[in-house]
Amino acid sequence: MNKQIIRFKEMLIERLLLCCSLLSVFTTAAIIYVLLSESIGFFKHVSIIDFLTDTQWTPMFTNKHFGILPLLCGTLVTTFIAIAVAVPLGLVSAVYLSEYATAKTRQIIKPLLEILAAVPTVVYGYFALLFVTPLLKQFIPGLSGFNALSAGLVMGIMIIPLVSSLSEDAMHAVPMGLREGAYALGSRKIQVAFKIVFPAALSGITAAVILAVSRAIGETMIVAIAAGQQPRFTMNPLVPIETITAYIVQISLGDTPHGTLEYSTIFVCGMTLFVLTFALNVVSFKLKRRFQEIYE
Amino acid sequence: MSSRKLDKKVDSAFKFVGLAATLFGLVVLAALVVDVVSDGYHRRGWDFFTSFPSRKPEQAGIFSAWVGTIWIMITTAIFAIPLGIGSGIYMEEYAKRNRWTDFIEINIANLAGVPSVIYGILGLGVFIRLMHLDRSVLAGGLILALLILPVIILSTREALRSVPSSIREASYALGATKWQTIRHQVLPAGFGNILTGVILAMSRAIGETAPLITIGALTYIPFLPTNPVAFNKEIPYIHVSLQGFFDPFTVLPIQIFNWVSRPQKGFLADAAAGIIVLLTITLAMNAAAIYLRYKNQKRW
Repeated sequence: MNKQIIRFKEMLIERLLLCCSLLSVFTTAAIIYVLLSESIGFFKHVSIIDFLTDTQWTPMFTNKHFGILPLLCGTLVTTFIAIAVAVPLGLVSAVYLSEYATAKTRQIIKPLLEILAAVPTVVYGYFALLFVTPLLKQFIPGLSGFNALSAGLVMGIMIIPLVSSLSEDAMHAVPMGLREGAYALGSRKIQVAFKIVFPAALSGITAAVILAVSRAIGETMIVAIAAGQQPRFTMNPLVPIETITAYIVQISLGDTPHGTLEYSTIFVCGMTLFVLTFALNVVSFKLKRRFQEIYE
Repeated sequence: MSSRKLDKKVDSAFKFVGLAATLFGLVVLAALVVDVVSDGYHRRGWDFFTSFPSRKPEQAGIFSAWVGTIWIMITTAIFAIPLGIGSGIYMEEYAKRNRWTDFIEINIANLAGVPSVIYGILGLGVFIRLMHLDRSVLAGGLILALLILPVIILSTREALRSVPSSIREASYALGATKWQTIRHQVLPAGFGNILTGVILAMSRAIGETAPLITIGALTYIPFLPTNPVAFNKEIPYIHVSLQGFFDPFTVLPIQIFNWVSRPQKGFLADAAAGIIVLLTITLAMNAAAIYLRYKNQKRW
């Protein structure tokens, strides 16, 4: 009898914990449901071809255009700048931490770097708008008060730890035997690092870079504060632009009535954002897993 | 110069290049802190903490913002911590390796990478429109709970994975059931690392702005959520109310964002002062997490 109670309790607990895990599945399902159901309503009024090819985004004007390209352009410019900062710095730092730094240095520096990722994004936004932009203006006279450049640069700084820590993990997992083999053939440390360890860890490193791109695309507050609110079909990083995420913030702050076509644009933008980041995340996850299968 | 010599030079040069690249981010962080402190330090003083937002920058404060932050954090913790740890335990201790588990795992990994603003849109669709929670503390807390859930799950799993299986086996050998083993052996052994993950997740939630803006969390809130406990002179002297969870709120990062987007110089100083407070909280939480992780580096 007592045994039965215990067995029942055990089963109950397992079921309960399973429910906790299923919550993640429900969350994903709910995200997709909310985005899809609102987007379908939107595409009843706007053709999907216009949405993908129109080069103007003016849902609030009397002459309405719903072309995602300007917002996509803004997102790509800021993402590109951020990646141009984060990937070289992050990778060099990962090689240094994994191959050159002593265990003690690594133990001190790694947690310090993580702090960069912990600073709230609204703080980075303030920094980009009121420190980096005025600083850059001294070198680039034509720079606008709001621009993609400083937002992208600061975003890049924020993403460095993501690139460096994940790439370092990948390099760290490369078996010692590969390094020792290269040393036995008379290689120097730099050759081992870049000709043996780096290529061996490449799929793990690629996973890190892809995840960084996804993070940059989805970053919201820095661009909402420092990059401006003018959807423009341009690749010029010196003028105000608007990213997909910044647009969502702009509409949320305004008093657009719920249920209108204008309001449903934030769900369509959310859908676009979700599709982009989801695709990148899945590729990154698969790459990382394949890397783990090879070495662990 | 022979190529061997060149290699040697490149090798020793890289040591500096690598260190410089590693420290670059920290230099920028230092510049950020100096910039914010020099912009905002003169707003120091208790009245900044005890004043509501105002139209006059010199009188504006963060009273409703920091109280709101505490409300939101408590709500987030109530939901995210048990659900996250429970899910982590299931995935690590119970789940068998099969397609289903794989599916849940990919789901969690993907949720960890979903942009935070999407969680705001999710909240808008589910908590605001479907459940009519309005722009309440409960809605905000639930959104942030969903947002940090993957972080807690992943760090719980990692913490449990580092507990050696010999501990579990010893417990089974003494006749303990699975749950008894987890409850009395595995969880206590992994507690420090789980706590580290929870603190890091909460520090992330404190700084989140975008998902709360998306549900339309108002920026001008010159009042506090209803006190959960009120005292009065009549029996039973004490009045407990959950009304606060359904009241509108503002939080520190939203208040800061609101001030940053105003043109007047005075509000920028307020924003900087708010950032000093927010940054102090996040950095303190991260320092605590780093210390805990360092202390718990157990070698089994």
